[in-house]
Amino acid sequence: MTSLPLLLFWVMVAAYALAAAGALAPMPRLTRSVGAAGTMLGGAAGLALACLVLWTSDSLALEAPDVLAVAGGLIFHLDRLGAVFLAIVSGVAIPVGLYGGQYTTSYDGRYSTRWMWFNTSAFLLSMSLVTGAGSAFTFALCWELMALSSFLLVIVEHDREESVRAGLWYLAMTHAGLLAILAAFFLMGAASTGGSFASLRDAAAQLPAGTKNAVFLLALAGFGSKAGVVPLHVWLPRAHPAAPSHVSALMSAAMVKLGIYGLLRVCLDLLGGGPTWWGTLVILCGAGTALTGVLYALVEDDLKRLLAYSTVENVGLILLGTGAGLLFRSLGEPAAATLAFAAALLHAVNHAAFKTTLFLGAGSIIHATGTRNMNLLGGLIKRAPWTSAVILVGALAIAALPPLNGFVSEWLLFQAFLSGVARSQASMAALLTLGVGAIALTGGLAAATFVKAFGISCLAIPRSPAAAGAHESPGLMKAGMVLAAAYCPLLAVFTIPVLSTLTGALATVGGLPAAEPSVAIGVTVKTGHSMGAMSPVVILPVLAGAIALTWMLVRLASRRPVHSGDTWGCGRIGQTPRMEYTSAAFAEPLRRVFSEMYRPTEDTAVGTTRDASPYYIQSVTYQARLHPWFQRAVYDPLIAAVEAVAGRTRRLQSGSVNAYLTYMVLALIVLLGIVIGF
Amino acid sequence: MIAITGVAIEIGQALLVLLLAPAVVGLIRWVKARLQNRRGAPVWQPYAELRKLFGKDMVVSPNASWIFHAAPFVVFGTTVVVSLLVPVLITPLPFNDVADLFALVYLLLLGTFALALGGLDPGSSFGGMGSSREMTIAALSEPAIALAILSLALAAGSTNLGEMAARTVANPSAALSPGHVLAFAALFIVMLAETGRLPVDNPATHLELTMVHEAMILEYSGRHLALVEWASWLKLTVFLVLAANLFVPWGLATSLTPGALAIAAISTLAKVAVLAVAIAILETRIAKLRLFRVPELLAVSFVLGLLAVASSFSVR
Repeated sequence: MTSLPLLLFWVMVAAYALAAAGALAPMPRLTRSVGAAGTMLGGAAGLALACLVLWTSDSLALEAPDVLAVAGGLIFHLDRLGAVFLAIVSGVAIPVGLYGGQYTTSYDGRYSTRWMWFNTSAFLLSMSLVTGAGSAFTFALCWELMALSSFLLVIVEHDREESVRAGLWYLAMTHAGLLAILAAFFLMGAASTGGSFASLRDAAAQLPAGTKNAVFLLALAGFGSKAGVVPLHVWLPRAHPAAPSHVSALMSAAMVKLGIYGLLRVCLDLLGGGPTWWGTLVILCGAGTALTGVLYALVEDDLKRLLAYSTVENVGLILLGTGAGLLFRSLGEPAAATLAFAAALLHAVNHAAFKTTLFLGAGSIIHATGTRNMNLLGGLIKRAPWTSAVILVGALAIAALPPLNGFVSEWLLFQAFLSGVARSQASMAALLTLGVGAIALTGGLAAATFVKAFGISCLAIPRSPAAAGAHESPGLMKAGMVLAAAYCPLLAVFTIPVLSTLTGALATVGGLPAAEPSVAIGVTVKTGHSMGAMSPVVILPVLAGAIALTWMLVRLASRRPVHSGDTWGCGRIGQTPRMEYTSAAFAEPLRRVFSEMYRPTEDTAVGTTRDASPYYIQSVTYQARLHPWFQRAVYDPLIAAVEAVAGRTRRLQSGSVNAYLTYMVLALIVLLGIVIGF
Repeated sequence: MIAITGVAIEIGQALLVLLLAPAVVGLIRWVKARLQNRRGAPVWQPYAELRKLFGKDMVVSPNASWIFHAAPFVVFGTTVVVSLLVPVLITPLPFNDVADLFALVYLLLLGTFALALGGLDPGSSFGGMGSSREMTIAALSEPAIALAILSLALAAGSTNLGEMAARTVANPSAALSPGHVLAFAALFIVMLAETGRLPVDNPATHLELTMVHEAMILEYSGRHLALVEWASWLKLTVFLVLAANLFVPWGLATSLTPGALAIAAISTLAKVAVLAVAIAILETRIAKLRLFRVPELLAVSFVLGLLAVASSFSVR
């Protein structure tokens, strides 16, 4: 007998498998159509499955002990926490599938689109399965499949050195992370009867405090490297932009969230929370990640890398909520903990919506102009109005501006920290107060970043012939982008049902109460201790009404004609793009204010005339280069150490056959010695 | 019935602030002129400016897109919505639960965001420079605002303006508590930065390189300029009313009797006038800061906010 969740699960798996099988099709067009259709169907089935689990008492349990029996078989068990993340993955898959079909045509003839679609389907399937994995082995297997398929997508443009380097960074960091995750599972599994999450959860209660702490630190490092926690985020701004844009959307909007999922699964569900310092550490990591992410996003000239750094920032915000939740839980404030976790989950959902929008928009810009350097863009709003409008919606949402969804989760995050300050001791209150400051600064800097991202790329005069010749994306790409952009206002308007779903999901893990945040008069988000109330459903129409009313009144009051006249250039006739503000110029004041974070190296070379009079300047060359602090502090020494060790081991490789034979004999003797010795 | 009267009063007081805003700016300018031994334009001069601007044709750069045309309406609309939320005469307002102080700050940021895009749209260096500087100042003032809100919310138990004002109305001595005064100082500095007053920005400057707000709106003319100017005056007035009625809400009406409303109207007008004169005196006494000294001023505001939170926490 098959139940409805099981049926949907198999439909999802079959749809992604079909999309992958499309790679076998004889024509690339067919590959693309099958791939896009399969991806969308898989996403729809996954979303339906997630909603079913979240809204009804149904759940999905599937055990296949005979498959890979040596490792205990495969176990899938989709609970509500997993379903939240399955909904994120599937919700992103639908617009990505819609968009990807036409977007990948630009890779035809240059790179293998078959291989790309095969890997995209495998990537989506493995991400969906991670959320439902019910044992450590199943989880690790799906996790590794997800890492490998996304690695292959990062190096799609395999003839570009930048892509390959990004792929190597990604491969190294993700496997270091996997190692930490496996170590965490082994530590937990040592005391348990089996590898299933249920038995790990039962055994975790008996674990000594030291082991629990070690598991927590390993999980934070392992899942943190996937989520992009500073300083383990170095691969993220390299790898996400290197992938094709619809895959970047999947990586940034969906995959990094699975790092958060893993952290919640292990720390909250399996370990059942921990001492106070866990939450404190996660809050500190979150604040550092958010600020570093947004500061580097701000000075970035590459549009896709800017978006990748902004993903780092948003992961920081999600971690701030998660850390506050862990902290409040350990302080015996379950209601405040639910609020904080709900804010984190809501921000994860919201970020998936606007980051998909922005990456698909960036993909359309690349499609139209062939470049992602903002200093070569501009004027797209007249040439590609849909793309620009979509990016504007994404920028408003990600800058946490009302009335869109980003504001709602940021507000909830503020409220969570506020209720924490109001009900904790002085030392915790100081930490949380600084957390509020960090969230606010991040929000302000994100607004500046996205004024720059949208204003420099889409407004004013084109800065290059490529931007001047830009064109609008074809129909299905447009449809995919608009669908993703539509998520942003919809999530804001339907905040209440989404929030109650999320708190309902939290109630099933770690025994948190589902009551909070309560819902007052149908539309107002009101936190249980009435620290604040706000209604996104009312703000949206009131704001729209006020703007429309102003427009009508002004139209009635003044009908004076509009003349066209050149932009003011201090009397100079004829404006060129060289007079415009650039991306670097826009970020310059904040770059100077936060120069400690960047430590830029700057060179100014002034060329004078031949008689070397200093007053007749012929040219000024200015160069500024940033060497990020995490690179300098962590990775440069590490890479140098690895290279030094590698250099020393190279001496073994003398090229002489006699030496190699000696090694073999020595190895044999040592092995025999070990065998005899034991 | 009460709900309808409440909404009517809410809209009525927003209209009052909207119509009063040019006079507040006129008052500041007039006091400044007198302090500088000039005769000064009359207080109602800004109304004449608005009338003049609404009666002029517009000149728009061919580079500008619909963003340029939409930005003035967005900034005006958001400021009007914000003025609906601030208790001018009565508290709590029927709109109280719709948006709290955080929402108010982010609504104002939406207006700044829109205007910054409007500044970049015509492609002039001045517009870009103004947008960049405006966003820098806006970003750096956010943490100080957040901490000031936090300290007020700790004392009042809510981030909504109604509860904050109600607490001080019920307990007038709370207005002199250290946390309250420190939060007021923090918010006052941020207000100067947000509304483009000295020492952060000089609203009277005519040198493009020193402008912040004025550079950003350099390309606007005619009715668009009128809207942008009016919105910035409205923002200043709303901030003054907010400062007056949040920190010193004495006189604010809690019932709908005509007597209480009259007292509220007179006391609010008097408080706003005092604050406006204070700004005028301040602006004649200090010079504009270099742009790269502004972060230090905002850091002072942030520290004041921290102290306010600490003191609210300790007397909780």
